[in-house]
Amino acid sequence: MIRVLLPTHLCRLASTEREVEIQVAEPMTLGSALDALEARYPMLGGTIRDYTTKQRRAFMRFFACGEDWSNESLDTPLPGPIVTGTEPLRIVGAMAGG
Amino acid sequence: MSGVRVLVGTRKGAFILTSDAKREKWDVSGPHFAGWQIYHLKGSPVDPNRLYASQNNGWSGQVVQRSNDGGKTWEVVGNKFEYDGDPGTHLYYDDKPRPWEFKRVWVLEPSLTDPDTVYAGVEDAALFRSSDGGQTWREYSGLRSVKGNLWTPGAGGLCLHTILLDRSHPKRVTVAISAAGVFRTDDGGETWRAATRGLKSPYELPDPEAEVGHCVHSIAMHPSRPDVLFMQKHWDVMRSDDAGGSWREISGNLPSDFGFPIAVHPHEPETIFVVPIKSDLEHFPPDGKLRVYRSRTGGDEWEPLTKGLPQKNCYVNILRSALSVDTLNDNGTGVYFGTTGGQVYASRDSGDSWKAIVHDLPAVLSVQVQTLP
Repeated sequence: MIRVLLPTHLCRLASTEREVEIQVAEPMTLGSALDALEARYPMLGGTIRDYTTKQRRAFMRFFACGEDWSNESLDTPLPGPIVTGTEPLRIVGAMAGG
Repeated sequence: MSGVRVLVGTRKGAFILTSDAKREKWDVSGPHFAGWQIYHLKGSPVDPNRLYASQNNGWSGQVVQRSNDGGKTWEVVGNKFEYDGDPGTHLYYDDKPRPWEFKRVWVLEPSLTDPDTVYAGVEDAALFRSSDGGQTWREYSGLRSVKGNLWTPGAGGLCLHTILLDRSHPKRVTVAISAAGVFRTDDGGETWRAATRGLKSPYELPDPEAEVGHCVHSIAMHPSRPDVLFMQKHWDVMRSDDAGGSWREISGNLPSDFGFPIAVHPHEPETIFVVPIKSDLEHFPPDGKLRVYRSRTGGDEWEPLTKGLPQKNCYVNILRSALSVDTLNDNGTGVYFGTTGGQVYASRDSGDSWKAIVHDLPAVLSVQVQTLP
């Protein structure tokens, strides 16, 4: 199980707490984590990344262990602390507006 | 006892205002989907408790919601709006080709006969249909074949914002697209043609009478006379008596013929309502006076309706989907509109007098009224 922190607007959409736990298939990558998240919460489909291209939506960002993972390849293996559940994978809505 | 449900979409959520047929006391529920833009909500004519809502924001894009209990509870349905095949390009503000890209749903129009069938008008302009309650969507790509490569977005985007369904011609659908025009199919969406003859846009188009490019802001129809259409264009209020085959201007004595919404009285097909706005630059009422204008003659002759509306220092706008009517008759017909200042005004006497039923909502994007059995 990995832990994922969702931004407020997606917690409400999925009717979840801010932090959710999901089962991710091996090998655990950013892409497989997002696949698992969307499978567990289908209402999040299309809200984090494009259905077809899998491109991250411009104002959604990913952080892992204090590092910005927004532009990492979806095939990049997740860091150990994310895989063990010690640290959460953070999905963040970028600050926008005034 | 019958009643009224007013579905209000705003910049920061949806609100549902309900009242009995007297329409004196209103219950306000919301915000639903707090923090999200709600471009449009609408109920099924077949099942008034079946509602659809278009929800979006800049972070996460488009979501579609569905309710089976009149808006008490909601469920997320499908948001996969994929163009049919390679949609090619349209023109952009710089006159250069730009690939079609889905951005948001502007309007959801439930079928007249089936609560699980609903149409969606989207930006970049296209018409989609779902026949499974919004779970999956299919585009009517034939619409784009009407010179879609020449369509260019207006200031609000290249949006398909109005969908008219016709009970007496089940295969006819008429749509309006900003800065493109009006388009009609008579074969259930396979083939389309422009319905723009008679429109003139001398300030916006190199060819003022071009087949496509007219900035149509909204169109309306009375269900008993589907061949009579009324239009609020960017400039000009227009009328067609042949289902969009040709148009003539009916702006008459309006103080400004710029505006966004237009509506038809439910029991008087020649009575129509508009809300004049000063200009495309100054999106507020002329002279700071909020006036609905009513024509009882199908256009040309207009009277201002001001009782209960602010007549000084009013600089709100009324957007294209924010004017609607109920179908009550015995107790007076209701007319409703919402403003970018967050008020929803209601009239119980076909517009003769008005009262704000809510004052301080976020900017109102849409107002749709359901008359409940």
